[in-house]
Amino acid sequence: MKIEIRNGRVIDPRHGLDRNTTLYIAAGKVAALDDAPAGWHANRVLDAAGLVVCPGLIDVSARLREPGFEYKATLDSEMAAAIAGGVTSLACPPDTDPPLDEPGLVQMLKHRARSLNGAHVYPIGALTVGLKGETITEMGELTEAGCIAFSHADAALADTQVLFRALQYAATFGYRVWLRAQDASLARGGVAHDGEVATRLGLPAIPAFAETIALDTIFELVRATGVRVHLARLSSHEGVARVRAAKKAGLPVTCDVAIHHVHLCDVDIGWFNAHCHLVPPLRGTRDRAALRAGLADGTIDLICSDHTPVDDDAKQLPFAEAEPGATGLELLLPLTLKWAREEALPLSAALARVTAEPARVLGLESGHLGPGADADVCVFDPDAHWRVEPSALRSQGKNTPFLGFELPGKVRYTLVGGHVVHES
Amino acid sequence: MTDVSLPDAEITLGRLADKLRGAAAFDAKLVGIHSGGAWLAERLAQMLPGEHPLGSIDVSFYRDDYAQKGLRAKLATTTLPFEVEGSHIILVDDVLYTGRSVRAAINEIFDYGRPQSIELAVLIDRGGRELPIEAKYVGARLAVARDLSIALQRRPDGSLELSLEPAGSAAGA
Amino acid sequence: MRNPQLNADGQLQHLLTLEGLPPEVIGRILDTAVPFVSIAERDVKKVPLLRGKTVFNLFFENSTRTRTTFEIAAKRLSADVINLNIGVSSTTKGETLLDTIDNLVAMNADMFIVRHGQSGAPHLIAQHLSAANRSHIHVVNAGDGRHGHPTQGLLDLFTIRHYKRDFHGLTVAIVGDVLHSRVARSLIHGLTTLGTAEVRVIGPQTLLPTAVESLGVRVLHDMREGLVGCDVVVMLRLQNERMKGSLLPSAGEFFRHYGLTVDKLKLAKPDAIVMHPGPMNRGVEIDSAVADGRHSVILPQVTFGIAVRMAVMSILAGN
Repeated sequence: MKIEIRNGRVIDPRHGLDRNTTLYIAAGKVAALDDAPAGWHANRVLDAAGLVVCPGLIDVSARLREPGFEYKATLDSEMAAAIAGGVTSLACPPDTDPPLDEPGLVQMLKHRARSLNGAHVYPIGALTVGLKGETITEMGELTEAGCIAFSHADAALADTQVLFRALQYAATFGYRVWLRAQDASLARGGVAHDGEVATRLGLPAIPAFAETIALDTIFELVRATGVRVHLARLSSHEGVARVRAAKKAGLPVTCDVAIHHVHLCDVDIGWFNAHCHLVPPLRGTRDRAALRAGLADGTIDLICSDHTPVDDDAKQLPFAEAEPGATGLELLLPLTLKWAREEALPLSAALARVTAEPARVLGLESGHLGPGADADVCVFDPDAHWRVEPSALRSQGKNTPFLGFELPGKVRYTLVGGHVVHES
Repeated sequence: MTDVSLPDAEITLGRLADKLRGAAAFDAKLVGIHSGGAWLAERLAQMLPGEHPLGSIDVSFYRDDYAQKGLRAKLATTTLPFEVEGSHIILVDDVLYTGRSVRAAINEIFDYGRPQSIELAVLIDRGGRELPIEAKYVGARLAVARDLSIALQRRPDGSLELSLEPAGSAAGA
Repeated sequence: MRNPQLNADGQLQHLLTLEGLPPEVIGRILDTAVPFVSIAERDVKKVPLLRGKTVFNLFFENSTRTRTTFEIAAKRLSADVINLNIGVSSTTKGETLLDTIDNLVAMNADMFIVRHGQSGAPHLIAQHLSAANRSHIHVVNAGDGRHGHPTQGLLDLFTIRHYKRDFHGLTVAIVGDVLHSRVARSLIHGLTTLGTAEVRVIGPQTLLPTAVESLGVRVLHDMREGLVGCDVVVMLRLQNERMKGSLLPSAGEFFRHYGLTVDKLKLAKPDAIVMHPGPMNRGVEIDSAVADGRHSVILPQVTFGIAVRMAVMSILAGN
């Protein structure tokens, strides 16, 4: 299928490209830029005047809820949400039910995803069996089945010796490990950031040093094992400072932040808004400022949505009892644009955090529009605003703290492997 | 705001006292409906012969317009410092209009005990009754437009005066 | 974001917390409670204000005391009172909190008195009622998790005002487990709103919340130091589960450092009053000699509590 995306503002952060031009796609790949290839006859022309044409977004954390949590969301609904949000590749955490600790489960998930002709799905395998924190998984088999990394999702891995051995094993074979930096015992029972807001609202709290203590442990283990670690969902200003220092000292670590923590802080909980019950918790204004500074100076490599669809019943409970998480696949692009505008960042730099950088961290060839690249493309209107409402979301999860907000950025076309999989 | 057609409160009070003198029971309790009735009861206690224990009632908890208007902002405490059971009570109010305040006061008194009798004394009867209630002792009768209410004020020196106000202000029922 | 307790006309529609309530609103509740105190002293303790109204006491956490005082208060207003003691975990019943509310709304509830183990439960209910266009149903927070116990805060304020008249010159000390205390949080908000000169919280680090100074209080760990010059001493109840383990080693050690004895009370002003939300743990937070002594106003607090709750319910039901 030959597709011509005409006269759009093509932004390719990896190649430092940002200009008005035309993109030519053939046989599922980027065929050319600016000038049509010889003998070109387009099967379809997409008019991208006034629109941005960029690599399809790569979301490194999106819960698809299959297997096991189909009442919250299904692959069908969440894959539809992904492409509606311009996301063409996503990695999903292993905390399904059962967790992704068996090759068969991983294969089934990949197979199911492929059959839906949507975004590419890259499962992250469980680091320990059942995510119980006791026995390491068969990482070789899981990698063969398609896992691109291993993590413990939000499950506690309290036994440092088990963690150490798991990292040693992963390092032996060069597997990447994704870890959430949170000390399990300090976080026990907590649902909000330990600060003024939690004190006033009377919510059990998690101190910021639950993150810093865990980071220190992880860095020591990285030094000891040489494993490549990606730190998932940074939340505190001290945490950002620690990562900055670790990178400066040459440790092979990368990290990310969830888009919600880029925008919100604990004050946004207001009168116990359960949509703001997130993991890690929304911390203070100083922490939010540090996360934004970390994104600006590259300490934080990328932004993800941490997409976690939750059924209404599980959110309509008192704050501490409500299930944590927010839906995010369809909000990743608009919220990234909002952040870019607020910080007066060049669009290319902002988009890098959701395209080129995630590709680098995941070890993928995609995330750019160079000749021969997979034609995973997002075409969006940066100036169209839309209101976040349950009916506007394709995800089954309508749980977002941004309900009622007007956000910039409407995806007009999403292409995966050179096919238009979404248009509006 | 005074209107020349309003009677003088002090003179009218004198007339009311005359009617009570000799007719009221010698041991009757004088219970004034807050706030105007309470001022009047205090004055009457001095003007009538004999010992007349004094009480005052705030009818806010017994009003029939709670559902429409809610609880009033300023509440006074009902004080009936005597045994209500078996007593002769003279209920005193400044203006008798619809009769609803008096109905509320009677209900409230009965929650303190069963009086032997209750008689009603009012400074002004302006007609317009919405309930079957009549005063035995009336200082003066007046007719006033529905959109106006008659209020009793107490001057700093303790003397009383009547005034007309647009209806819907705090006074008058 | 509008205060969810106030309706569009700025009138009190729910009582969820003392935070953000203007001093005039608090003042009006206290003033309204005054006549209700004397109602309790006559034979017929009822007034007809809430006649025909149905008040549901929804207690998700056991508390015979609080439930009883609300029941008495509602009955003295001539309301019909239904007590519902729902198991601690709604999941054991299989019905969610909001489903329970919806069922009761269908039974023509006029007011919910809610006690729940989770902070924010009454807010959730109020918001749910508002979204369902049932804003005429009023919610009174009878204690939610650690967050607030506004009627207790109000009766504490009423008690202090009764004995001390004006808040502006007062030094008030709140002693004990502030971290877990909804009583303390509500009282602190009320005291600071009414312009109390100094509010002190006294306790060990393990029992004081992070950044508690942000509530407008001065923190002291030494009780003797903290009692000097106090006009009011409020002793908080120490719950059994806190008495051992990682927060505190024992009740005995707590009493040694933070228990109120006759001796320590001498450091406060000679006319200081001693308060306690109840029920007391004698010999843990407070010595019997103090609890039963001339400074103690613990029993009057109970009487005032009924009057204050009558005031709250009658103001809400009239709005």
